[in-house]
Amino acid sequence: MGYSALKIIKEGLFGQRGWKPVWRDPEPKSEYDVIVIGGGGHGLSTAYYLAKEHGITNVAVLEKGYIGGGNVGRNTTIVRANYMLPGNSEFYSHSLKLWENMEQDLNYNTMMSQRGVMMLCHSDGQRDMFARRGNAMVNQGDDAELLTPEQVRAEAPMIDFDNVRFPIYGGLMHRRGGTARHDAVAWGYARGADQRGVDIIQNCEVTGIDIEGGVVKGVQTTRGAIRTKKVAIVVAGRSSLVGAMAGLRLPIESHVLQAFVSEGLKPLMPGVISFGMGHFYISQSDKGGLVFGGDIDFYKSYAARGNLPMKEHVMEAAMTLMPSIAKAKVLRSWGGVMDMSPDGSPIIDKTDTQGLFLNCGWCYGGFKAVPGSGFSYAHLIATGTHHAPAARFLMNRFRSGAVLMDEEGTGSQHNLH
Amino acid sequence: MRLNCPICGERDRREFYYKGDAVELDRPDPNAGSEAWDDYLHNRDNPAGETRDLWHHESGCGAWLVVTRNTLTHEVLRCELAGANTQ
Ligand SMILES: Cc1cc2nc3c(=O)[nH]c(=O)nc-3n(C[C@H](O)[C@H](O)[C@H](O)COP(=O)(O)OP(=O)(O)OC[C@H]3O[C@@H](n4cnc5c(N)ncnc54)[C@H](O)[C@@H]3O)c2cc1C
Ligand SMILES: [Zn+2]
Repeated sequence: MGYSALKIIKEGLFGQRGWKPVWRDPEPKSEYDVIVIGGGGHGLSTAYYLAKEHGITNVAVLEKGYIGGGNVGRNTTIVRANYMLPGNSEFYSHSLKLWENMEQDLNYNTMMSQRGVMMLCHSDGQRDMFARRGNAMVNQGDDAELLTPEQVRAEAPMIDFDNVRFPIYGGLMHRRGGTARHDAVAWGYARGADQRGVDIIQNCEVTGIDIEGGVVKGVQTTRGAIRTKKVAIVVAGRSSLVGAMAGLRLPIESHVLQAFVSEGLKPLMPGVISFGMGHFYISQSDKGGLVFGGDIDFYKSYAARGNLPMKEHVMEAAMTLMPSIAKAKVLRSWGGVMDMSPDGSPIIDKTDTQGLFLNCGWCYGGFKAVPGSGFSYAHLIATGTHHAPAARFLMNRFRSGAVLMDEEGTGSQHNLH
Repeated sequence: MRLNCPICGERDRREFYYKGDAVELDRPDPNAGSEAWDDYLHNRDNPAGETRDLWHHESGCGAWLVVTRNTLTHEVLRCELAGANTQ
């Protein structure tokens, strides 16, 4: 379906009755070349790139709920490539380049807006860390600017510069970072995959994975058994449950992360501001709502809703950073179930079962990875070899201790990221 | 969420520090080998449903608790002293 200004005006005049679904609603076939379990951002982009980059179109994406119902539709939409460690740097750099061309590639408006991501620092030590991180980003070929307090003030005059506990010592600006419309990203990839022949099958929960003699044969679903030679697991917070269907015990814990949105306000925020010391970050949507969040609730949970203590913490951090928003009303809050890994970095790997692939461990940062993860996962599934930018996302790193990617420097241990 | 400390009674979640899965009570032998240690440190059952976690009554009596909880409903089923578990 084509989109144009003319079409929007026409539909507005005639009650919006002319829009049609942009992907089919097929019955599952009895066999596919590849089955992708999970229709989140990563599953959909995997299917899209399998078709587009590798010509593998006899593919099904099996989604137990509806497209956009998982974390891809629950996140705070921040896109960035400001990682420091080898492994992560090249991956997120590649992913950001895909973001920059996503709308042209998908011919779909994902509202990708490179409005900048600015991290704040509050001590000399933290500023030195930012200088180091910024250099790592520049070495990777991405952009970073170390800002003085005056430069931060020019960007964001509304924050509190004189907070006694957290005075502003400067910032690290990543101008190519920003936000995108999360649902549109899911829909754009779904549409692009469907157009290339991929079957997107909603309300189809995978309940078992058939393995014979160490080789994948198919899956059991709530809509019947489906045969295949390749199964790609990419189910975010439910990775442990689906992994267990194939006998895997994963280095993953599921935790709930909350997010919040305020009533619509006039334009206030320049871009994304990250107040790491308060575990707080904030941006403003194009509708005017302040979109903000904090840390995970810090106990294992499969309930896509959080508890009051973290809400209080997030509100307190908001007040610390910018008391000017005190009277803004919070409209909504919600939670999503995160696949937390011990070192805070993901896994894109084969398994010991032939034909079974695993993609998980995105913690609270997998939205920005949607294009890169799908691209690299599709490469692994299609060719059997790791795609260079994702070549370090291996499962055995926890066992060997080699090439752990612990960006926060807290140690490779559950519940520290 | 409220936890029923066997020593202090029912208290608000804010009084407790969360350590992680109670698997940490089953520490392998130092010589158990890298596979056992990898499994202990990193791999988790991560159930959707009943689970056992370690909590510390940080702002209360200081006891370590094993809390049995439902990860889908956040219902707290049992709170026991961790010491009783390990001895
Ligand atoms: C509140 C919040 C804020 C966040 N903010 C950011 C941010 O600002 N920037 C950022 O980069 N990241 C952010 N994230 C993280 C990001 O959203 C996730 O890492 C990412 O969306 C996970 O990948 P996904 O889109 O594939 O997951 P999902 O959309 O959750 O997809 C997984 C899908 O698998 C399906 N599934 C599960 N089990 C089965 C089964 N048995 N059979 C079939 N289907 C199954 C689920 O129904 C689900 O639709 C945030 C997350 C949350 C919750
Ligand atoms: Zn107590």
